[in-house]
Amino acid sequence: MSSVADTHSQEHHHGPAKGISRWLLTTNHKDIGSMYLIFSFAMFLLGGSMAMVIRAELFQPGLQIVQPEFFNQMTTMHGLIMVFGAVMPAFVGLANWMLPLMIGAPDMALPRMNNWSFWLLPCAFLILVSTLFMEGGAPNFGWTFYAPLSTTYGPPSTTFFIFAIHIMGVSSIMGAINVIATILNMRAPGMKMMKMPLFVWTWLITAFLLIAVMPVLAGAVTMMLMDINFGTSFFDASGGGDPVLFQHVFWFFGHPEVYIMILPAFGAISHIVPAFSRKPLFGYASMVYAVGAIALLSFLVWAHHMFTVGIPLAGQLFFMYATLLIAVPTGVKVFNWVTTMFRGSLSFEAPMLFAVAFIILFTIGGFSGLMLAIAPADFQYHDTYFVVAHFHYVLVPGAIFGIFASAYFWLPKWTGHMYDETLAKTHFWLSFIGMNLAFFPMHFLGLAGMPRRIPDYALQFSDFNMVSSIGAFMFGVTQLLFLFIVVKCVRGGEKAAAKPWDGAEGLEWTVPSPAPYHTFSTPPEVK
Amino acid sequence: MRVHAKRAVALAAGLLSPAVVMADWTMNMAPGVTGTSNQIFSLHMTILWICVAIGVVVFGVMFWSIFAHRKSQGAKPANFHENTVVEILWTIIPLAILVAMAVPATATLVEMYDTSESEVDIKVTGYQWRWRYEYINDDFGYFSSLSTPREQIENRQAKGENYLLEVDNPLVIPVGKKVRFLLTANDVIHSWWVPEFGVKKDAIPGFINETWTRVDEPGIYRGQCTELCGKDHGFMPVVVEAVPEEEYNAWVAEQRAAAETERQLTEKDWTLDELMERGEKAYASACASCHQPDGTGMPPAFPALKGSQIATEDMAAHIDIVVNGKSGTAMQAFGGQLSEVDLAAVITYERNAWGNNTGEMVTPKEIFDYKNQE
Repeated sequence: MSSVADTHSQEHHHGPAKGISRWLLTTNHKDIGSMYLIFSFAMFLLGGSMAMVIRAELFQPGLQIVQPEFFNQMTTMHGLIMVFGAVMPAFVGLANWMLPLMIGAPDMALPRMNNWSFWLLPCAFLILVSTLFMEGGAPNFGWTFYAPLSTTYGPPSTTFFIFAIHIMGVSSIMGAINVIATILNMRAPGMKMMKMPLFVWTWLITAFLLIAVMPVLAGAVTMMLMDINFGTSFFDASGGGDPVLFQHVFWFFGHPEVYIMILPAFGAISHIVPAFSRKPLFGYASMVYAVGAIALLSFLVWAHHMFTVGIPLAGQLFFMYATLLIAVPTGVKVFNWVTTMFRGSLSFEAPMLFAVAFIILFTIGGFSGLMLAIAPADFQYHDTYFVVAHFHYVLVPGAIFGIFASAYFWLPKWTGHMYDETLAKTHFWLSFIGMNLAFFPMHFLGLAGMPRRIPDYALQFSDFNMVSSIGAFMFGVTQLLFLFIVVKCVRGGEKAAAKPWDGAEGLEWTVPSPAPYHTFSTPPEVK
Repeated sequence: MRVHAKRAVALAAGLLSPAVVMADWTMNMAPGVTGTSNQIFSLHMTILWICVAIGVVVFGVMFWSIFAHRKSQGAKPANFHENTVVEILWTIIPLAILVAMAVPATATLVEMYDTSESEVDIKVTGYQWRWRYEYINDDFGYFSSLSTPREQIENRQAKGENYLLEVDNPLVIPVGKKVRFLLTANDVIHSWWVPEFGVKKDAIPGFINETWTRVDEPGIYRGQCTELCGKDHGFMPVVVEAVPEEEYNAWVAEQRAAAETERQLTEKDWTLDELMERGEKAYASACASCHQPDGTGMPPAFPALKGSQIATEDMAAHIDIVVNGKSGTAMQAFGGQLSEVDLAAVITYERNAWGNNTGEMVTPKEIFDYKNQE
């Protein structure tokens, strides 16, 4: 590999700058990827500690720890931080690190914009988190910020929240443009579209989704801004506006957003499962088509979040059928992963454990999604803990376990060291048990009739809430172990080979571990 | 000391009782008491079992692979990675299952949307944070607010059996009749839900949503608001009492008479003490959740009334803000929500309680004139 030798010699001349300016001014995709990942983990801990406040209050009936106003701020900020601060930046971090390595490119296509799109994020979250200390408190209207609760009845800090969302949107759109430009222009010679690794495919599609829907979100919050500060009535019924319009616009963004948070994980899992099954991925082409189908359908199902708002029967039926249809390509993906494992030669290192848990638990989340799609039944499930259970089952073992699996899979490549396998397995099992203990009982609570977003509840919900809180504390504390494992791995450990996993495939394993500061200065040949 | 000891005992009892007395591990949806809720329940069970069946097959293959194809046990990997027949099959079969599922779901939905030929019409309005029920054919209506005492919520008293699911005035409906609900809201979006009826519908300001139910079994049915509506979202339950028809008719007659009496009260000559007494009650149900029972409010969203300029000096401004609200803030227009008597009583109470000793009062007649001059 002459390209590797070249980059190795370059390293001595063009290594990273020293001190803080390395991080402030860097245009290196690996540095920026690391910063995204560190930022997202910090946000994960912050959003997680808010979840701990929520679960502590819900440990028993009655108000013990916080008042309802603050409880609502916690649920709102937990959702916003986890969605926009933890999950999305983590995937952008993985994209930054891995896309150039996977397609044999020296860096992202637009490195300066890359720097800018990262550094916008800490600014946006500084603004968002600072609302907690403002008079009247942080946003308290739920992460879905339905008008008019968030407009006419919102706290004074709402305008800051809107500004933060705008900045995050700019950051996401720039990140997405960068991903598309990189993938479409900088693939190594010979890497045709249908030869791209699946993580590249899923990110390409995710980036298009981002560009399509982030402006819609920006439009929604801009209308809110106008309603609050400039006397318009987009969402104010008393001025001729329409509160339901808000929900249509929000969910036109919100549903594709859900897939933005899961598609890159689909891609990563499609590398990890074959690697530890020592067998090629089953149905590569159908995987690509399934992701495309899911992305297209995601624009046609938004009103399934709104079955109870009183949309007409015809609309109700359309959105029910379209939503049911999504189960088909999603099923194809699950079947493909399982068939990849079938008759393989399986081993269960930490990335594989997280990947297998991903498939099982994400499928359970998919099942409850299928149940929610049945519109008449949704009248009973809607806005109860059943929904909370559903989306935590797709997001925690889906997005978050997908990220953990990816992190363990590629940590040797990033750091040059193997992580501590025993600790990583402990991390997995504690997370797995804690997560199920926290979220499975929520199905029962919702079916028994407990609404979501309430700080206190009727006595028949006491027992499962206590179980759920214990599970949540367990899951929360366990994540500190992950921090420890990563720090330990960065600082030292067994030296990692260029390809530490015998079943792994792809260009990223052709460069040494740790990956040199500059890689693929001359593109590799893909046959 | 003794007070503290008592409180500690009450607190301990309150904390322990739910776990001990109310041990309840309900895991599934209840079939409910209406045709709709029963149909929903059977849809729910059908789709649940379909999911379980698919799960057993998929996870079965997976676990078999996990146990039988381990590298540590010397498994050699196969090398297949495509099979068109299998891939077409597992696209078509799920599709067929979904179509089979959509058919009964569509039928149920069509029936749920049929609000025609109702026998009783009730308008349900969501307020922050209570419900108002208006019997539009019988010309009376009332508010329904949480009746669980503050002490129970704050763990200073043992919690009652229907903690947070009890109200002062439940909605009353006759059994065996098709009751149509017209839902709207006064401020933010709420959602009216009674699980045992299978009825949940959003109450949206500026919209009127329709839904219906027919309950065949007399009883008390409890639900909650299910759309986040602000601070006390968790504290606005729905309680419906379904009673036999004769009982219902008697109750309606009683309510109509009471409404008439209430209207006549406007004409009565009120004293300051009478208004204060009535005002305290009206304040507790309509104002205290924001402005607090001691009038100190929760600034900045909910300003203090104690010692405030409006409540101690400018009477005209005080009447205006209570009757018409203040747009762009959480202060609602109470002119349409409260009777003239209650408006007069609340304003009088606010001007004389908590050390706001203005000695001033406003009569129901003055409020009536104020409202009609506009």
